[in-house]
Amino acid sequence: MNATTGQQLQAAQPATARALSATTLLWFALPLAAFLLATAWLFSSDWLKAFDVGAPPVEKLTFERTVLDGDGIHLKVRGGGSEPMTIAQVQVDEAFWTFRQDPPGEIARMGTTWLHIPYPWVVGEKHEIKVLSKTGAAFEKEIEVAVATPQAQAGNLVPQALLGAFVGIVPIVIGLLFYPALRGIGRRGVDFVLSLTIGLLAFLFVDTLEEAFEMAGNAAPAFQGRAMVVLGAAAAFLVLFAVGRRHGTPAGLALATYMALGIGLHNLGEGLAIGAAFAAGAAGLGTFLVLGFTLHNITEGIGIAAPLVGSRPSLPTFVGLALLAGAPAIAGIWLGSLSYAPHWSALALAVGAGAILQVVIEVGAYLIRSAGRQGAAVLNPSMVAGLVVGVGLMYGTAMLVKV
Amino acid sequence: MRRWLRHQFSRRGILSAGIVAGGGSLAAGLSSGRHAAAQGTHAEHGAGSVRLSTHAAHGNMVTVGEVDGSRNGFDPTAMLTDWDTGTVSQLPDGRVLRTYEVVGQDKEIEIAPGLMFPAWTYNGRVPGPSMRATEGDRLRIVFRNEGSHPHSMHFHGIHSARMDGVPGAGLVEPGGEFAYEFDALPFGCHLYHCHALPLKRHIHKGMYGAFIVDPDPARHPEQAAVARSRLLGTPENKEWQEFLMVMNGFDTDFDGENEVYAVNTVGHHFAKHPIRVERGRPVRIYLINVVEFDPVNSFHLHGNFLDYYDHGTTLTPSSKTVDTIMQCQGQRGILEFTYKNHEVGQYMFHAHQSEFAELGWMGMFDVVEVAS
Repeated sequence: MNATTGQQLQAAQPATARALSATTLLWFALPLAAFLLATAWLFSSDWLKAFDVGAPPVEKLTFERTVLDGDGIHLKVRGGGSEPMTIAQVQVDEAFWTFRQDPPGEIARMGTTWLHIPYPWVVGEKHEIKVLSKTGAAFEKEIEVAVATPQAQAGNLVPQALLGAFVGIVPIVIGLLFYPALRGIGRRGVDFVLSLTIGLLAFLFVDTLEEAFEMAGNAAPAFQGRAMVVLGAAAAFLVLFAVGRRHGTPAGLALATYMALGIGLHNLGEGLAIGAAFAAGAAGLGTFLVLGFTLHNITEGIGIAAPLVGSRPSLPTFVGLALLAGAPAIAGIWLGSLSYAPHWSALALAVGAGAILQVVIEVGAYLIRSAGRQGAAVLNPSMVAGLVVGVGLMYGTAMLVKV
Repeated sequence: MRRWLRHQFSRRGILSAGIVAGGGSLAAGLSSGRHAAAQGTHAEHGAGSVRLSTHAAHGNMVTVGEVDGSRNGFDPTAMLTDWDTGTVSQLPDGRVLRTYEVVGQDKEIEIAPGLMFPAWTYNGRVPGPSMRATEGDRLRIVFRNEGSHPHSMHFHGIHSARMDGVPGAGLVEPGGEFAYEFDALPFGCHLYHCHALPLKRHIHKGMYGAFIVDPDPARHPEQAAVARSRLLGTPENKEWQEFLMVMNGFDTDFDGENEVYAVNTVGHHFAKHPIRVERGRPVRIYLINVVEFDPVNSFHLHGNFLDYYDHGTTLTPSSKTVDTIMQCQGQRGILEFTYKNHEVGQYMFHAHQSEFAELGWMGMFDVVEVAS
């Protein structure tokens, strides 16, 4: 093909596109018109009544946020089911209780409303709330341990940020401090550490996905939580993978940065979980538990340092990586303690899982490449050992924080 | 937290003072506009402050809103006194024949504000008509079933096996009809209910009602005065303030547990609409327990004691001077008490199963002075 024909083609294209658009638009109108016709027929005829067996409408109510304060209990609920629904009464601990609905009236499908219940809840005790719909269906919400919901006040933000830094940034920094040591361990040693990183990231991937699914289970059915998690993770993976490969396969600092990003997203999810546990009163966060989280996350820092062994990054680079990987934990705790909706938490965790998967693939590819260069087997003993130790380390330290 | 503590203190204040003062503030919401007097003996609880509060004796522990009585077609307050004495005629032998017509119907009823229940009813109401007869009357109850399921009327009384209203003896298929015939015996406070199977569902869906048989004074010469006071329409009977209370419950989500407990169907109705009682006149309550799923129900009266006639089949009390009586499923009796020597005010009554009270079975007597 010579240059002239190429120019001619380019010149001809807009004309063809214009010529197409008129007829194409017309053809697009055909199925649209057919759809409108079908809709009109469905509404105008009443043959669907043959399926009406007199059953009451399907009703669903999802409790998305719970706030306990000096004025009582406040619940944010989301309607679901086949028709708009109406809340008739509210019972707390098997007693009718007055409540104010804001906004009042019917709850549209997927609509939300707040229920404000002036109930004298008791610190540290369990309360059960039963919301009765007009049709008599009961929707129950259990408050396992009642504690005042942390308010978004400056006074709370600082200690929460400290906690986030301690479980997020501090362990990454400690992990990165292994960097000088990693430089002296030779090829085999680096292979081992990189495999170890893959092992620990694989563990994080499973762990994050599991948490995402759990969160999705608490979300309103219309969000299709499980599908949302899978699609969210896949989308995050594809986007990061495509971005990462713009200039060839990532290595060195680029690989370390992606790793920090993936771990950062995971730490955001972890922060959300800690914050939510705080808000729900489910966790008395002890010193031991915090130390467990820190220990658990140190391995993540080592992982970020491993791809950098071949280069000599500056100190600001290290600081940036530590913040990228660790700081999201702070944001997570802030958001989580304000008990944000479960579907958002699930999505955040899913994105984290996708990001981690991208790093696992890229580190794996890097290892295989370097093994190929050395003419060695794809999986040498030190890599296998690294994988096993990586997963084992994460599993072992996770035991410290599971309650 | 400090704010919270205040909250709890004020609530305790409301509760104790509410019991004592009879929820003086509630009076403000009543059309009678009478004065609520706090009892001096418990003044230290701060009854005065309660009068300033916007809470009634039940505080926030109450349903929200009002039930649409016109949509239901019945009113729990009207049900206290709307006796159905049937169509009266004379038999050839001179005895009284009372004929009742009852229709079984499916009907959605509102049992708490905004809360609908797909009920099965007698004459479109829950409880069904409060039948009242005199000892020895001949009764003829024509039951027509317009509902979607087989139903019957099984009376707690003395009758033949053929008239028992169980499958094989007076069970009526949809569209069918049956006449139950028997003598009104024995005198007392009884009930009728559907005895189609499964029994539990047919009863809890709303098929029950009162069956009151007044004693015939001629048959009880030694206690004729007492019998006359029980016989509807006599001058002695008119002295009394008689109320019918059917203690029932509703399982709105059909999980075998009641969501709503009530007297005469609507939860917390008598907490919001106290029963007006004239101080000088004695009170007689025909109390019937038809609650399902819970073995027992009870009635507790505040600030007063009562005499109890179990099943109402005696003219002397079976328990004297009690303030709490207990009834198992299907049990009933007559309660008699007076506020003659009390101050006017609001006097609470409720099931002493706190759970039932908090789920709707709680009410108030509004004792008022009537100028003679």
